Amino acid sequence: MDKKIKIIIYAALLVALFALLFILEQILPSYSMLFTVLKKGAIYALVAVSMNLLNGFTGLFSLGQAGFMLIGAYTYGIFTIPTEARSAVYQYFDGGIINFTVPVVVALVMAGVAAAIFAYIIGLPVLRLKSDYLAIATLGFAEIIRAVFQWKTLGPVTNGSNLLRLYPTFKSVLFPFAVSGICIAIIVLLINSSYGRAFKAIRDDEIAAEAMGINLAKHKRLAFTISSFFAGVGGALLAMYQTTIQASAFKSAMTYEILLIVVIGGLGSVTGSCISSFLFIAASEWWLRFLDETTYIGSFKVPLLNPGFRKVVFSIIIMIVVLFYRRGIMGNKEFSLDPIAKQFKKRFRRRKEVVGSNEQ
Amino acid sequence: MEFINTYLPYILAGISVGGQYALIAIGYTMVYGILRLINFAHGDIFMAAGFMMVYLSASMPLYISIPLVIILTVILGFLVERIAYRPLRTAPRMSIMISAIGVSYLLQNCAWYLTSGLPKQYPKIPWISASVSIGASTTTVVTLITPILTIVLIVALVLLIKHTKIGMAMRAVSRDFETSQCMGIKINSVIGITFIIGSFLAAIGSLLYFTNYSTVTPISGAMPGLKAFVAAVFGGIGSVPGAVVGAFLIGICENILKIKELDMTTFSDAFTFALLIIILIAKPTGLFGEKITDKV
Repeated sequence: MDKKIKIIIYAALLVALFALLFILEQILPSYSMLFTVLKKGAIYALVAVSMNLLNGFTGLFSLGQAGFMLIGAYTYGIFTIPTEARSAVYQYFDGGIINFTVPVVVALVMAGVAAAIFAYIIGLPVLRLKSDYLAIATLGFAEIIRAVFQWKTLGPVTNGSNLLRLYPTFKSVLFPFAVSGICIAIIVLLINSSYGRAFKAIRDDEIAAEAMGINLAKHKRLAFTISSFFAGVGGALLAMYQTTIQASAFKSAMTYEILLIVVIGGLGSVTGSCISSFLFIAASEWWLRFLDETTYIGSFKVPLLNPGFRKVVFSIIIMIVVLFYRRGIMGNKEFSLDPIAKQFKKRFRRRKEVVGSNEQ
Repeated sequence: MEFINTYLPYILAGISVGGQYALIAIGYTMVYGILRLINFAHGDIFMAAGFMMVYLSASMPLYISIPLVIILTVILGFLVERIAYRPLRTAPRMSIMISAIGVSYLLQNCAWYLTSGLPKQYPKIPWISASVSIGASTTTVVTLITPILTIVLIVALVLLIKHTKIGMAMRAVSRDFETSQCMGIKINSVIGITFIIGSFLAAIGSLLYFTNYSTVTPISGAMPGLKAFVAAVFGGIGSVPGAVVGAFLIGICENILKIKELDMTTFSDAFTFALLIIILIAKPTGLFGEKITDKV
């Protein structure tokens, strides 16, 4: 397919998607479950893609995602709470020590930058470690970050173990889609650049990559920092979605969830991560809800259906995927329109031939 | 004397928790030594043992329920290996690790479902939850038993590894997976036995740990599990004595941070990880770990 036509088609699809979202927002009531799924799904898609950049494309098994999200969320919250509201939020710390606010977009970028700076610093020692050790060290750092943010002495900045709230949030589902979309697009561009190829070379064989002249330390650090940048932005978006921030919510369980999303989508597939994050959120928040409610068919009480059963079924599904569909939904391929287009063309041509032969 | 009286309870608690971590850490270190897998589900098996005790002791006397808990935990550990890890034996290491995370997620959710997320009161085991006084401080018998029991079990384990046929097989498998297979060692049964030993010790650890903490929740296995893992890494993963030393050290340090005057309680969990990172950077193979050289 011609490159120009391809770009036009994808752009048209994007516009159509946003138009569809806009129309849906006009038609459906705002409390519809669909919007919860779409909003949370878009945010998780961004975080999952950022984790995939590290785990799937660079082959660095990092479990620090929740920590970087926490930094992003707090940075966003701290710098956007309106000055009037500060005395209410920081009620135990005399209104905190930061007395200015920045616009939302700037705060989102700051959230990413804060996470990236931190990642750069911890990357210096941690990235020398290999596979499991790297995983457990990043997990450890995430736990340390969580403890530091709950520390009373930092209260005037982080509000200790109390909630951060009253900062600007979003209502429309278009906002997270736009931000995540832009971020994911940047990641895709990065993956397709020469840096991306270097990342993949490192994933496939570190020693061979080094022999080809790739600076291992530099590229690993780069991947780690960029991934954390987007995790930070994702954390800020999550904070906006949840309307409150509390350090204790960013547990390692959150990292595991994101890791499962990445694996279900397929390690090394951006579109896979996006698809699976929407599926994951939809299944866990929406489609399997009925399993939590006590149901009667006639006078027969359906057994097992109690609160919590949804999660059990859900984790069994995950185990099945992990055990039997190890490559996930997309493997390491990307979703693209090419095969579909080819299929169409083939049919079209065949019909033409059929028509042609009939005419003879 | 004043000094000892104030701080003795913290140190005693530290030693006792350390012993409990040690019992869990052995499960991690043995599995890692053989499969090169961080068994993330191990902490949840420990939690499951806690819940089994809660439910079983409600309906039967302790002298039946305690052995039954241990047997059921061992069966659970064995089944986890059989169902979730064995099919992935030839898969890349990351897949097995992810499978372990999946099992951990499953066990936590099952526990949540059975208990509706409410913390459950752990039954009092008569003799070991009694309190005794040492000097001016009072503590429970379990605090004193734990280190002794831990050391007895570990000596037994080390003897098993050093002097029996199965122990020799374990050492062979952990040295070289493929070669030992060629030498006629039945890998699957060795791995199965490793999981059985690990779960057995985790069950005993859970009896002691929850007697101390008195409530069980679906996520109460996560933190001790991670800490025990850190202990295993600290001592040099794959080494049993290393894991024990690491566990005692972490237990004691964590409790010293809980001393009121220090005002560092927030960091008692984070400290463990700080220790981990320091050891990983300074000596990545841990205190007693073997040096591994990668070949191209």
